[in-house]
Amino acid sequence: MSNSDDRTQTVSGKAAEASSTNKPDGSSRGIIVLCFCIGLVVSLVFGWVVFPRLLYSRKQQPIDFNHSLHAGLVSNGCESCHFLRDDGTYSGTPKLAQCIDCHQDVQGNSPEEAKFVEQYVKKGIEVPWLVYARQPDCVFFSHAAHVKAAKMDCVTCHGNIGDSEHLKVYEQNRISGYSRDVEGASLIGFKKHTWDRMKMDDCSECHQKQKAVMGSVQTQKEGCFVCHK
Amino acid sequence: MKIDRRSFLSLGIGVAAGTAFSPLPWKLMDDVSIWTQNWPWTPVPAKGESTYVNSVCTLCPGSCGISVRKVDDRGVKIEGMKGHPVNQGGICALGLAGLQLLYSPDRIKTPLKRSGKRGEGKWVSISWDQAISEVAGKLKELRTGGQAHTVAGITGGGPNTLSRLFKRFLAAYGSPNFFNTPSIDNSYRLALQMMNGATPDATVGLDLENTDFILSFGCGLLDGWGSPVHMFKTNTAWRKTQARVIQIEPRLSRTAAKAYQWIPITPGSEGALALGIANVLITESLYRKDFVDNYTSGFEGVVNASGELQKGFKQHVLDNFSPKAVSEITGLDPAAITLLAREFAKAKAPIALFGRGQGKLPGSMDEALSIHALNMLMGAINQKGGIYALPTPDCQAWPAVPPDAVADSGVKEPRLDGAPSDVYSRLNQLPPAVLSGKPYPLNVLLVMEANPLYTMSNSKSVQEAFNKIPLVVSFSSFMDETAQNSDLILPNHIYLERQEDAPLPAGFSKPVISLSKAVFKPLHNTRHAGDTLILLAKGLGGSVAEALPWKDFEACLKQAMGDKMESLQKTGYWINTGAVFPDGKTTFTTPSGKFEFASSAFCPGFTPVKIEGDASYPLLMIPYDTMRLASGYTANPPFDTKILEETILLHQDGLIEINPKTAQSMGLSENDRVLLQTPRGQANVLIHLEEGIMPGVIALPRGLGHTAYDAYIAGKGVNLNGLTGPIADPLSGLDAAWGIKAKLSKA
Ligand code: SF4
Repeated sequence: MSNSDDRTQTVSGKAAEASSTNKPDGSSRGIIVLCFCIGLVVSLVFGWVVFPRLLYSRKQQPIDFNHSLHAGLVSNGCESCHFLRDDGTYSGTPKLAQCIDCHQDVQGNSPEEAKFVEQYVKKGIEVPWLVYARQPDCVFFSHAAHVKAAKMDCVTCHGNIGDSEHLKVYEQNRISGYSRDVEGASLIGFKKHTWDRMKMDDCSECHQKQKAVMGSVQTQKEGCFVCHK
Repeated sequence: MKIDRRSFLSLGIGVAAGTAFSPLPWKLMDDVSIWTQNWPWTPVPAKGESTYVNSVCTLCPGSCGISVRKVDDRGVKIEGMKGHPVNQGGICALGLAGLQLLYSPDRIKTPLKRSGKRGEGKWVSISWDQAISEVAGKLKELRTGGQAHTVAGITGGGPNTLSRLFKRFLAAYGSPNFFNTPSIDNSYRLALQMMNGATPDATVGLDLENTDFILSFGCGLLDGWGSPVHMFKTNTAWRKTQARVIQIEPRLSRTAAKAYQWIPITPGSEGALALGIANVLITESLYRKDFVDNYTSGFEGVVNASGELQKGFKQHVLDNFSPKAVSEITGLDPAAITLLAREFAKAKAPIALFGRGQGKLPGSMDEALSIHALNMLMGAINQKGGIYALPTPDCQAWPAVPPDAVADSGVKEPRLDGAPSDVYSRLNQLPPAVLSGKPYPLNVLLVMEANPLYTMSNSKSVQEAFNKIPLVVSFSSFMDETAQNSDLILPNHIYLERQEDAPLPAGFSKPVISLSKAVFKPLHNTRHAGDTLILLAKGLGGSVAEALPWKDFEACLKQAMGDKMESLQKTGYWINTGAVFPDGKTTFTTPSGKFEFASSAFCPGFTPVKIEGDASYPLLMIPYDTMRLASGYTANPPFDTKILEETILLHQDGLIEINPKTAQSMGLSENDRVLLQTPRGQANVLIHLEEGIMPGVIALPRGLGHTAYDAYIAGKGVNLNGLTGPIADPLSGLDAAWGIKAKLSKA
């Protein structure tokens, strides 16, 4: 069998012998099936288990922020810290200047707070927060249009992060550079909640359901350039 | 059990099947496509809260107010400043691209000293102390040896505090050789001075918003003439008031295309056409007789130096410039000239303007006077919708330069350009003087905010002149042609990093000063040129140091601006709102006490500028300007080069405009590569067929053909100045050239 190549090249008169050696016998058929199965199983395991782990790097936030604790202390819900600026732009993750109002010095006895005051407040360095919901740069998204004009709540897109006591691991796609929260935890696009994924399909799903105006504020027309400036 | 080829194949098929049923290929495909839409190396604006800093753009003589959008310390965008009197929120492509100049990787980051041959591009970084002491040392040595006058300074900036300080530095040092870069502004000033008795420091004021008929003799009103953005806004206003722009030029420029009427005439015959129009106005008694009789002299007759009565402007025009005679010079139909004159006279507030293209060159004085005579005939002087002299806003006087024997004798030496004073410096005369070494050799040249090696015509002789100057010091923030050919570079901050006053915007209606602020902390180890001058003065010591007594430029500026500083710092500009311009007052300091059509010293006539080139050059080449090309000290930033049409620049090749008929007679078609030759030089260009240019005329844009700066602009197209040469105007001594003869041959 191992020299079947030589045979096919040289043998023409010995067809019978050649054909008998070319046909797999029972045991080799088993091996072929086995090989197929091995290939199938290995690649399925790789594709479903190993690949997702390779694809995403896992990063810890610099400080383990407790949303639930803070939400109980502020008066205006999420908007106390994540607010819209006067010009309508969205402030995003708070800057040190906001935190300093309360955290000039250590307030409680959380080691994370101590770390925060020590490493950032005292040194005047901004915390390099990793933003779970950061959209790619080619996407134009206006919080004002959704939160103010359409009166949506934060949970619809961001889930119950406001109730969390710890910040979860930030998973970053090594190729596209974006957060797994945007791309969705499930690689095949399975989702249970509205906030499970924040891709374009999810935007349009909701827009279609709500029959919301999808056009540009200025022209009232639809088109790619409404969101992809 | 044997593992054979089939087993491998089946393993492969299994892997393929498994992979296909896993998310791997699909997810990878999606991720890669997302990645391609977000190249990590594509710069994106910083995220965060936007703040705005108001300042002023000084990249051209426009002096537009700007608002710089910043996120933290990073500049994100430059916008026009809302409510600024000059540009009312507008901005041009160059002003928009200003951040590319700030963040250019090719900026000069520290003082440099040449280490190889001049122009070779080999530099060593030196400290500021060393740079100052080297320059001051050389200057001191010359001064002690009685050679102070052999130092010259060129500035490209308009008349602002920095150039006043530069001039003062040279005067205190003992040099009469302060040069500014002359432009059409000088011709306007001189015309106002000669005919209207304006003081030499007064600039031209134009009440364009209130005109209803603009006779533009080639002015690129929408191509960067005057204060460009202001002109765009004015043009919009003209649309509403239905003011008519009549554009007279041999080429269909943007301005011509958007004008009410475009009248192509033989290049260089603009002055004759003006006098032809004057002829019709006089013959048909269409001019403002009351104004001419009451407020002018030299119209009917002129008493010459020996007391005899000579022909005045009127007779001169009637004798020599009948529509028929003018028709022969301009190529226009006599009836068209008559019609144009009647239309001009019919308008309520007509105005005649001169200055070809962006007004980069001063042009012929005779032509300027002839065109301005039309304004006089229509009484458009010092009136609503007219032209008038704007007094320079007074600056707090600095203490007098302390007397000093060396300085006194130095400044008494004749200027190298033969000009009587620096008010009209004849920069075009400097290279010949340097080359001949007469009246004396030039030992040191200081260049500030200017790039003469690129912007001066006849580049070859300018380069030769540079080669003869033992020490060239540049203050440039960019490795421009001049900096590249200097010995020491003491880099200035760029306009977004330094505080200074902006000069009056060109051709604006009111005196306005804007304050350029240090919007950004200096990115590199550069220094405000004003501070450098003060340090140089300190290094020289004695009376020079006393003449520049300020701690730094900021203190000097504060003193100069006096009480205006507060408003400047608060709103970004100061405007003389109290005074009304034009004020309708008739204050003249002409010898006759009236506006003068002609005097014993001059009479507007038509002396054609003797364009270089003999019969072997069958074509006439003229320059043209476009808003998409910066052609002064600032080179075109990359964004603006990107928006150049393929009829101006195709890949690396510049294009020359030619009428299809002319091209056909020479067997040339679109994008043919040709050798362009003029008496001053030659270059390879591509042909661009253009119906909108007169047959026999070809046009090349200003602003291309850099050999220095950076990879984004160097080596693209052809530098017009390498192909043209200056022609000294008999009246002003300034450059009167408007073109040059040329020929094309297949390359
Ligand atoms: S017109 Fe001149 S001053 Fe105004 S923004 Fe453009 S370059 Fe700057």
